[in-house]
Amino acid sequence: MNGPGRIGRDETATLRFTFDGRSLCARPGDTLAAALLANGVGLVARSFKYHRPRGIMAAGVEEPNALVTVGEGGRTEPNTRATDVFVYEGMVARSQNRWPSLAFDLGAVNALAAPVLAAGFYYKTFFGPPARWMVYEKLIRRAAGLGKPPTLADPDRHQHRAAFCDVLVVGGGPAGLAAADDAARGGARVILVEQDRALGGCALRGDGEMPTSDAALRAAGVRILTRTTASGVWDHGFVTLAERLVEPGEAPPPGQPAQRLWHVRAERIVLATGAIERPVTFAGNDRPGVMLSQAVRTYIRRFDVLPGRRVVIATNNDDAYRTAEAVAAAGGEVVAILDSRPDFTEVARAAKERFRVHTNAFPHSTKGRSGRLRSIGADIWTERHSFDADLLAMSGGFTPVVHLHSQAGGKLDWRADIQAFVPGASAQAITSVGGAAGEVAPIGTNAVHLPHPKHSFVDFQNDVTAADIDLAWQEGYRSVEHLKRYTTLGMATDQGKTSNMAALARLASVAGVDIPQAGLTTFRAPFTPLALGALAGPDGGGHAAPRRRLALHDRHAALAPVWQPLGYWDRPRAYPAAGESLNDAAIREARAVRTSAGIIDVSTLAKFAVSGPDAAALLEMVCATGVAKLGVGRGRYTFMLRDDGMVMDDGTVWRLDETRWLLTSSTGGADRMEAHLSYVHRVLAPHLRVSVVAQQEHFAGIALAGPLAPTILAGLTGQAPPAHMGLAEASIAAVRVLILAASYSGERAFEIYAPGAIAGPVWDALDRATCAQGGCPYGLEALEFLRIEKGHVVIGAEADGRTTPHDLGLGRMLRKAGGYVGAQALGRPALSAPDRLQLVGLETAEASLPEGAMLVARAGAPVEGHVTSAAQRVLGQGGIALGLLAGGRARLGDRLIAASPTRGRHVAVTVTQPLFYDPEGERYRD
Amino acid sequence: MTRYSALALLRAGLTGQRHWPRAWRDPSPRPNYEVIVIGGGGHGLATAYYLAKVHGIRNVAVLERGWIGGGNTGRNTTIVRSNYRLPALHNLFDFALGLWEGMSDELNYNVMFSPRGALFLGHSDADMTALAQRGDALRCDGIDAELMTANQLRELVPLLDMSPAARFPIHGGLMQPRGGTARHDAVAWGYARAADRLGVDIIQNCEVTGFTVAGGRVTGVETTRGAIGAGRVGICVAGNSGPVAALAGIRLPIEAQTLQAFVTEPVKPMIDTVIMSQSLHCYISQSDKGGIVLGGDPDQFPSYAQRGLPPRIAQAAAEAIALVPALSRLRMVRCWAGTTDMSFDGSPIISALPVDGLYLNGGWCYGGFKATPGSGYTYAHLLATGAAHPLAAPFALDRFATGATIDETGVGFMPQFH
Amino acid sequence: MMRIDCPHCGPRAQSEFGYERTLDSIVTLDMPADEAMARLYARANPRGLDDELWRHGLGCRQWIVLRRHRVTHEIVGVAAFDPAILS
Repeated sequence: MNGPGRIGRDETATLRFTFDGRSLCARPGDTLAAALLANGVGLVARSFKYHRPRGIMAAGVEEPNALVTVGEGGRTEPNTRATDVFVYEGMVARSQNRWPSLAFDLGAVNALAAPVLAAGFYYKTFFGPPARWMVYEKLIRRAAGLGKPPTLADPDRHQHRAAFCDVLVVGGGPAGLAAADDAARGGARVILVEQDRALGGCALRGDGEMPTSDAALRAAGVRILTRTTASGVWDHGFVTLAERLVEPGEAPPPGQPAQRLWHVRAERIVLATGAIERPVTFAGNDRPGVMLSQAVRTYIRRFDVLPGRRVVIATNNDDAYRTAEAVAAAGGEVVAILDSRPDFTEVARAAKERFRVHTNAFPHSTKGRSGRLRSIGADIWTERHSFDADLLAMSGGFTPVVHLHSQAGGKLDWRADIQAFVPGASAQAITSVGGAAGEVAPIGTNAVHLPHPKHSFVDFQNDVTAADIDLAWQEGYRSVEHLKRYTTLGMATDQGKTSNMAALARLASVAGVDIPQAGLTTFRAPFTPLALGALAGPDGGGHAAPRRRLALHDRHAALAPVWQPLGYWDRPRAYPAAGESLNDAAIREARAVRTSAGIIDVSTLAKFAVSGPDAAALLEMVCATGVAKLGVGRGRYTFMLRDDGMVMDDGTVWRLDETRWLLTSSTGGADRMEAHLSYVHRVLAPHLRVSVVAQQEHFAGIALAGPLAPTILAGLTGQAPPAHMGLAEASIAAVRVLILAASYSGERAFEIYAPGAIAGPVWDALDRATCAQGGCPYGLEALEFLRIEKGHVVIGAEADGRTTPHDLGLGRMLRKAGGYVGAQALGRPALSAPDRLQLVGLETAEASLPEGAMLVARAGAPVEGHVTSAAQRVLGQGGIALGLLAGGRARLGDRLIAASPTRGRHVAVTVTQPLFYDPEGERYRD
Repeated sequence: MTRYSALALLRAGLTGQRHWPRAWRDPSPRPNYEVIVIGGGGHGLATAYYLAKVHGIRNVAVLERGWIGGGNTGRNTTIVRSNYRLPALHNLFDFALGLWEGMSDELNYNVMFSPRGALFLGHSDADMTALAQRGDALRCDGIDAELMTANQLRELVPLLDMSPAARFPIHGGLMQPRGGTARHDAVAWGYARAADRLGVDIIQNCEVTGFTVAGGRVTGVETTRGAIGAGRVGICVAGNSGPVAALAGIRLPIEAQTLQAFVTEPVKPMIDTVIMSQSLHCYISQSDKGGIVLGGDPDQFPSYAQRGLPPRIAQAAAEAIALVPALSRLRMVRCWAGTTDMSFDGSPIISALPVDGLYLNGGWCYGGFKATPGSGYTYAHLLATGAAHPLAAPFALDRFATGATIDETGVGFMPQFH
Repeated sequence: MMRIDCPHCGPRAQSEFGYERTLDSIVTLDMPADEAMARLYARANPRGLDDELWRHGLGCRQWIVLRRHRVTHEIVGVAAFDPAILS
């Protein structure tokens, strides 16, 4: 009997799973790694670069080698560590990065090219034009990449949850349990997280005792989260925890999430995250059958799996002697213990009674076949020895898991006796205990013994050898960060958990400095890789941005409009009849407004109730136009500037009575305007006696426009409609409404406001009355046609954040005395330069012109401006547009080309005033 | 100096790669230089290279506080493109793009510039009009831009969610075929090696702690490795422009903010182009190693912490999944953060400063990497001649006082919203 | 993600707040134009403490002032905005 296998009979192996299509059995509680070893599977994966055969090296999340793809379809999870997934019934696991099969992988030819493929080789070759590099790149990309990605959407939900606690304990080993127990006894709210499925940590492999039990802790009020990883510690005690509710690839129960990301605010954090055993560096240390010593103990004692029958142990510390005992107790043979230290420690001396213990002994190479370890070469004092063995248990010492301490800004101290960094001063209320604090076995400090650096792997997953580190140093990549980036060391999916210290040791030795002088790369979140779906949580998919519904949404939906996203809302763009195109519908609707009447939902306009004795004073600070002299019951157009003098927003301002005002502004700028009003009021003018209430969605708004609008309105309200830019209160369909006589379309028009919840009957009444007069509802497209004819600017199109009031032809409306936000910026010289982009109209004999097109004197000439909004004439023929043109106001009559190379359109246009319809405004006057 | 080539590499393979020399020297600072460039990122190293190469000024030192390429050069999402809307920007960035195309050969260092296409998605007709406008502006200035239909995108990126019911339905896109990605670290190393070869001293672990000024003119710098004299000094430390300029008593229209990026575990090829969006702040590309590189919004408050906000990562992940649903099960393996020099109009500053002989190249916001060669080239011109390169002339510091700001997004003076 | 102790609401997550600008860049409407533009565009931007105007936009919507370290994110002072600062 050779190779790994289950200790004793395997009667409890009842879970069926497959690996590369082979049906296998596992015991409940087995990790995939344990189950594979129990089934005698030692070869599990291929390495990233050289496609070297790889097995299982660790028993925890630090595993660098045994990466597999688990799950199918949208639940496919590539690069899953076999040591960090528990087998479930029906689990499907596949090896990756191999072709055609794991045992026979053609990619392994890369190993032949290893002398050339040393660190940095990419930078030194593949020259020529970028197109040539892309040919090589295609092949390189195909060879790289480990597992195949899923191609389907994730069928599962991932949840976010928030929690608060006094003490967050990370790590459910003996030290963490004791800390949680202590804190809970002191009355603290405690959360304990453990990334494994079971509490116990090192006690699960027989090292130490659990100081308390799961049940006792729960009884003391501790919230225990297993299968949960503290992935990041951020500012001010904010910690993200990733909880796996089901295993990778496993379907959750119906309606349940697969993963949960916790956002925890902890007053204090205790890190009981243990320590990670380090591999020993020697040639062929990556072969299946070479395993970390504590992992061997874990497989034996926790999973009843013996990872090999003839075992050599290579160590620089006393801890690995426990592995010898575990192997022997499980019926394995301890062939030899290679202790790199020259003197027998007390533990080694005691072990000498039972095992062959060699001091000053170093493994130097391995031999094997078909993914199985056969023998181990070793240097013992001055002689070379060979041992037949199928398992090498190695221990190069222990690295405290200081990741979270360091992420939180904590300092690190160097401990020579364990050749590792331990937590120093904390930047937050964080303490480390147990292995994480450096309570690990001390190691020998004799010189590194490395006869074959080329085949001695330091970073296993990325195939970085000691020779690569030497080469990087030789070429001057000497900062540890350069070394990392040049060799890709520590950048694999394990983020260097097992490799960082070995790499630093090698770097220090080449540099001739102590390890602390060699430096240390930054620890970054997440501690273990974390699914994007879990990060996105409930915001994934359809919820990646909020959506709001119009109060009148259902009434529009009944008319089957073409919808258009605007801000948070979808608004009707047009209401085409069956078989009617969008453009035809928009023209029909716009003509109805010009000839009879139309109604449009304008509910999303921002609305602010501004009231108080000083309301006018506040409005005059916010608005750049004259406001205060407005009479009661009157309104007017206005616009607002930013501090830098650019137009921020526009709208209308209305005086409802002496001290009550209503300000409207654009839909898309509503949030910005709310903040701006608050800023001006609370920061710049807190002495003003005024209140501002944002009412955007409280009121639904319906605009009724067209020559018949006054008649329709009078019919519905039974009272005379207000004069242009006047207002009135009235009743429509027994609902009290506010009527503002403002015109955006250029026709007589009224904006009718009612509380959103009861606005439905108002719409219905207006709709009936309008249609009865030959009118119809109209959408944003028709509105666009109508306003372009009237030359009204739109925030985002003409007022693009780069235009001043002068640029838009609104300069004469500015208050001369200033005193409004932005006034001080308008005097800057470049803002009155003659070649500023200025608002113009454009017209063409063609039916339309391309919106967004550039304005040029002729094809190929320099760009002088662009088309901001385009439309066709509603009643006449031909295309019209608004545009921004360099020095445009002085260029009326110029002939230009509206050039759109991306759409293959070039349209001859003439520069006009930005006003195409009813220039005197006679149609909306009373 | 050994030239890099496939042949040299093969030959080295026979000798155990033992003969490769240092890529750049490790000199001690000399007492005086004609020009000192502060900052050993891609921009500073490129500046030094072009000073030596184009202007024949080889008596140049690059002073780097830490290790070269350790700032934003090594912390970005490696995207290279020039498809800005405003002419001043796209002309500068497209000049840079031209230099990217010849960079590996010019430097004899493979920076793996991969013009795999830079694609902006449009999610509404309004988006498509905005993209067309941008494309038209580019094409009229001779820069490549192509509108793509939804059907073309379906073929180009099969994993995009093209369903009309998607949260961000994809109506089409604007493609810049010449855009793509490059290996960010290699840019710093390649410029360092090439500049070093021309005689430039690259001095690492040398932090500037002050300026020496006589008669209103800069005469050198004080550093942690002693005082060094210089005829002209160019600050090139985007991310830290404020504190360095403050050493000369100058305040800038720049605020430092954090920008995060993250990368997933490597997988086989799934996305062959660079994906961005007209309405979302989400950047998606796949590295040659196989990791999906993702970026999002800046953190929108001042910080030098190089440590980001979890909600920003969540937002970028959510948007990426909304666009490419198959990303959900891929795992973030590492996130990192850079300190961006957010300027007050969203555009860089390449300019003389109010102290004679002192210059600034900074304010690159979150878009500096792609400009690296153009930034270095035009800054070298300014440092060598004292006059702005025509492409960099619009980016003078006085534009904020005069009002000639270059505001691509139109959000104005609030750097957090650019 | 910082924890900001809103003087009106108590400790809340940073995600409820929005940064507006530094205290010294507030432009009052009676300032001369040159001074206004200098305040708007010339910032200290220190690698250290600065006084910042934030708003509890997803909470009480009040304006608050943080004295905050921009490297460590330590908040050494938080107070309701006091208009007296501007005069």
